[in-house]
Amino acid sequence: MRILILGLDGAGKTTILYRLQVGEVVTTIPTIGFNVETVSYKNLKFQVWDLGGQTSIRPYWRCYYSNTDAVIYVVDSSDRDRMGISKSELVAMLEEEELKKAILVVFANKQDMEQAMTPTEVANALGLPCLKDRKWQIFKTSATKGTGLDEAMEWLVESLKSRQ
Amino acid sequence: MIKKFDKKDEESGSGSNPFQHLEKSAVLQEARIFNETPINPRRCLHILTKIIYLLNQGEHFGTTEATEAFFAMTRLFQSNDQTLRRMCYLTIKEMANISEDVIIVTSSLTKDMTGKEDVYRGPAIRALCRITDTTMLQAIERYMKQAIVDKVPSVSSSALVSSLHMVKMSYDVVKRWVNEAQEAASSDNIMVQYHALGLLYHLRKNDRLAVSKMLNKFTKSGLKSPFAYCMLIRIASKLLEETDGGHDSPLFDFIESCLRNKNEMVVYEAASAIVHMPNCTARELAPAVSVLQLFCSSPKAALRYAAVRTLNKVAMKHPSAVTACNLDLENLITDSNRSIATLAITTLLKTGSESSVDRLMKQISSFVSEISDEFKVVVVQAISSLCQKYPRKHSVMMNFLSNMLRDDGGFEYKRAIVDCIIGIIEENPESKETGLAHLCEFIEDCEHTVLATKILHLLGKEGPRTPSPSKYIRFIFNRVVLESEAVRAAAVSALAKFGAQNDDLLPSVLVLMQRCMMDSDDEVRDRATFYMNVLQQKQKALNAAYIFNGLSVSVPGLEKSLHQYTLDPSERPFDMKSVPLATTPISEQKTDMAPVATSKMPEKLAPSRQDIYQEQLAAIAEFQGLGPLFKSSEAVQLTEAETEYVVRCVKHTFSQHMVFQFDCTNTLNDQLLQKVVVHMEPSESYEVLHYIPAANLPYSQPGSCYSLVRLPEEDPTAVSCTFSCTMKYLVRDCDPNTGDPDDDGYDDEYVLEDLEVTVADHIQKVLKPNFGAAWEEVGDEFEKEETFALASVRTLDEAVGNIVSFLGMQPCERSDKVPENKNSHVLFLAGVFRGGHDLLVRARLALSDGVTMQVTVRGADETPVDIILASVG
Repeated sequence: MRILILGLDGAGKTTILYRLQVGEVVTTIPTIGFNVETVSYKNLKFQVWDLGGQTSIRPYWRCYYSNTDAVIYVVDSSDRDRMGISKSELVAMLEEEELKKAILVVFANKQDMEQAMTPTEVANALGLPCLKDRKWQIFKTSATKGTGLDEAMEWLVESLKSRQ
Repeated sequence: MIKKFDKKDEESGSGSNPFQHLEKSAVLQEARIFNETPINPRRCLHILTKIIYLLNQGEHFGTTEATEAFFAMTRLFQSNDQTLRRMCYLTIKEMANISEDVIIVTSSLTKDMTGKEDVYRGPAIRALCRITDTTMLQAIERYMKQAIVDKVPSVSSSALVSSLHMVKMSYDVVKRWVNEAQEAASSDNIMVQYHALGLLYHLRKNDRLAVSKMLNKFTKSGLKSPFAYCMLIRIASKLLEETDGGHDSPLFDFIESCLRNKNEMVVYEAASAIVHMPNCTARELAPAVSVLQLFCSSPKAALRYAAVRTLNKVAMKHPSAVTACNLDLENLITDSNRSIATLAITTLLKTGSESSVDRLMKQISSFVSEISDEFKVVVVQAISSLCQKYPRKHSVMMNFLSNMLRDDGGFEYKRAIVDCIIGIIEENPESKETGLAHLCEFIEDCEHTVLATKILHLLGKEGPRTPSPSKYIRFIFNRVVLESEAVRAAAVSALAKFGAQNDDLLPSVLVLMQRCMMDSDDEVRDRATFYMNVLQQKQKALNAAYIFNGLSVSVPGLEKSLHQYTLDPSERPFDMKSVPLATTPISEQKTDMAPVATSKMPEKLAPSRQDIYQEQLAAIAEFQGLGPLFKSSEAVQLTEAETEYVVRCVKHTFSQHMVFQFDCTNTLNDQLLQKVVVHMEPSESYEVLHYIPAANLPYSQPGSCYSLVRLPEEDPTAVSCTFSCTMKYLVRDCDPNTGDPDDDGYDDEYVLEDLEVTVADHIQKVLKPNFGAAWEEVGDEFEKEETFALASVRTLDEAVGNIVSFLGMQPCERSDKVPENKNSHVLFLAGVFRGGHDLLVRARLALSDGVTMQVTVRGADETPVDIILASVG
C-alpha cells in the first residue's frame, strides 16, 4: 500500500510520519525533497511518502502521484491565513488523473493550539463537502500530543480493506 | 574504427562485456520499473548499472530524459536494500549535473548521513555534497560539522573530502568548519588525519603566513599518519621554494628530520623533496641520497624502482652526489625487474666515467631486446646526453644505436634513435659519414614513412657535401623504385640536391630524374619534371632558389592568399612577397634534456602562433587594409610581476604599420576596469593612428587593447623607436565576492615601462639550408661591408649570441655554434626585411683583445642593407 502525506509547509507532515512509524515525536527540519518510510499498522504495511510542503517543492508532488492508494492531507488548523492556499493546492491535487482512485484523509492538525479551527470549520474552508466521487474523511489530530492519529488510521485501514 | 571493433566482437560470439550493445532509449524504458511496487532490488540494480555504464561511456542524456530517470530513481529510496541504496548514491553523483531539480533527494540523503546505518553515512555525505549549492550548503552546515568530527572514520573522511571539493564553490562557508577539521586532524585514524590536513591546507593555501603557522604547529606536535607526513613534506618544500627560504630554515630541518621517520613512504618523500630542491649543496644532498641508496637494496621492488628513478633524475643535475651510489646501481643492473635495471644503467651512464661507457653499453645490449619500448626510449635519451658529454665516444654509441635500429620496435622508439643519430651527426662532423651510412641502411627496410622522408631530407642536405656523394645515390634511388608515394617524392627531392651541388654527378642524376618522370604518382612526376627543368638550366641562382632553399612562406598563409587571389582575379601576377612568412619554430631544444623531473612534452606545431594572430587582427575593422602580417614579436612584459595590473605587449609588424597588442590582466578582485587603452608617446616620428580599447577588464580575465602606429615613410632608416606607455582606464569598484560593480567609476591611469621597437622587429627569420647558394643567388649588387670592434665582448660565443638577438635573423649552417678553441668564426644570418626584401649577413669574427667583426650584408634592395649596417654601428 502506498500513502502520500501532503500539505503546506509547517503543517506537521514529517512529525506525523515519524509519530506513525516509531511512535515518538522527533525534531524535524523543513523537508527539502521527501522522506519515505515503511509503516506497519494492524498487520498492514504501508509505504508512506512525506513530501516537502515548501512552495518550491510543491511542483514535484506530482512526480510521486502514480500508484497511490491514499492521500493524507495535513492542515495546520491554527493557520487561518493560509487556509485558502491550502485549499487551492488540495483542489489542484485532486484534479490529477493519477489520484482519481485515491482515498483522502484530512488531518486537521495542531488541535492543541488555542486558536485552532474545528474540523468542521476546516472541512468547510477546504470545500470538502462539495467533493464528488471521492471517499474522504476529516479527523482532528495533534501530532505532538499523539491524539486523533489512531482513529484516523483506523478509518483509513478499514476503507482500504473494504475497497479491496 | 569503433564500428570495426563492434563487428569483431559480434563475430567472436558472446563478448565478454554484457553492456556492450546497450541502447540508451531501451535502458530508459526499462527504468520505468522503478515506479512499480513492490520494488525488485535485483532488477533495479541491474538497470542502474546500465545507466551508469552509459553515462561513463559518454552517452549524452537530454535534460528531460535525465530528469525523468532521476525522479524515477528517487522512488528506490523506499527500499532498504543496502546495495540498491548505495547504487542510488552513485547514480545521484553521476546525474547531479545533467538532471534538473536533484535537490529533491536532499532530505533523504540528510537522513541517511545522520542515520544509524554506517554504510550509508559516508556515501550519503558525498552524494549530498554533489547536489548542494552554496545556498543549500548552509542548511546542511550543522550536519557537515558533526560529520567531520564523527568517530566513524569513513564518515569523517567523507565529510572532509567533500568539504575539500566544496571549497572551490563555497569557500566562505567551508572556512567556518576549520575548528572541526582541526579536531579531525588529531584523529587516530591515518586517513582521517590525512584528509583533515588536506582540507586545512586548502583553506589556507592562499595565505602564506597561515600555511607556515600550520606547518609549524604540525611539525612540532607530530602526526600519526604517514600520508599526512608526506603531505606536510610537500607543503613545506613548496613553501620553501616560494619564499626562497634558505636551507637553514626550520622547514628544511623538518624535511630532513623526516629522513629518519619509521615509515618508508615518508622517508622517500623527504629524500625526493630534498633532491629536487634547487640550489642544494652536496652536504645537504648527502643524507637524502644515502637513504635512496639504502632503498636500492630493499627487497621491495617498488622501493628500488622509486629510488633508482629518483636517482636517475638527479644524476643530470648532481652527478657527483649520485656517484656514491654507483656500487648499488651496479647491483641493480641485473635486477630481475627490467624497468629497474634500465633506470640503473641509464643512471650509471650519466654519472659514470668515460671508461665505463663501453662496459655499460655492452651490459645494456644484453637485455635491451627484453624491455619495453618506453624504457628503450629512456636508454636512447641517456645515450644522446652521453654523446654530448663524451663526444669522443660517438663511435661506440653509433654502433650501439645502429644495432638498436635493426631490432624490432615501435615508431616512438625508432624515432628516438633516428633523432639521436641525427643529433650526433650535427654535433660531431667526423661522425657524419658513419651516421649517414647507418641511416641509409635503416631506410632500406623502414616501415615508417615519416622517418624515411626525414632521413631522405637529411641525406639530400648533407650527402652532397661529403667526400664521396655518389655512394648515397644508390640508396636514394632504391627508394624511388621500392617505396610508397610520399617516400618516392622525398627521394626525388634528395636526388635533385645532389644534381644541383655536384657537377660531375649531374649527368647521372638527370638520367635518374628522367626515369622518375615516368612514375605513376602525380606528385613524384611533378617534382621530377620540375627539378629536371631547373637542373638543365645549370644556373647556380636557380638551383639555390628552387632546390636548396625552398619556400619560406607560411603554408596556411599561402593558401589564404591564393584563395584571395582567385576570388579577385587581376592582370597582375600573384605576388609571393604578399604572403606572410613562416615563423621558424624556436626549436633546437631537444639536446638540452631538462635536468630534473619536469617532463616537458614537445610542443605541438600548432597552426603557428603568427597565423593565429593574423586571424585575430584581421577580425578588427581598423586593421583591415594593412596587408599581410609580417612578424609578431615575443610578448614583452611592461609591468613587474605581481603588480595590480599585468600588461604584456606583442608587437605586430606590417609593411607600413605596426600594431601593438597589449594583453592586460587585472589582478584586483575589487575592481572592474573599463575602456582600457594604452596611451603611447613615441620618441621618433612614428605616428599613432588609432587606439582600440578593451571594453571591460574584470578581475583575472585577460583582455586585449590595441594601438595602431604608422611607420615613418620619409625616413625608412628610422627603424628603432622608444614609446613611453601609460595605461588609461575607468575604474569601477566592485564587491570582491559577487563581482557586482558600483554604478559610477572614476578615471585613472597606470604608468607602464617603456616599449622598444628595434631593428629585429622589422626582420623575419628565414632559414636558408644552403647559405652559400643563397649568397650567390642574391648577388653582390647591393653588397656593403664594414668592420667593427666589439670591445666589451670577451668570447666569440658571446659575440655570436649578441648579433643574433640584436638583428633577429636566422643563423644558418649551424654557424651560431662556435667550435671550441678557435680564434675566428664566420656567422651566417638570413632574414627577410619588412616588405619582403631578402637579406643576408655574413659576419667574420676574430678574437683578439675583444672581438673584431667584419660585417658583409647583401640584399635584394639597398635600403635594408643600409639599415642593417647603420643599426649595427
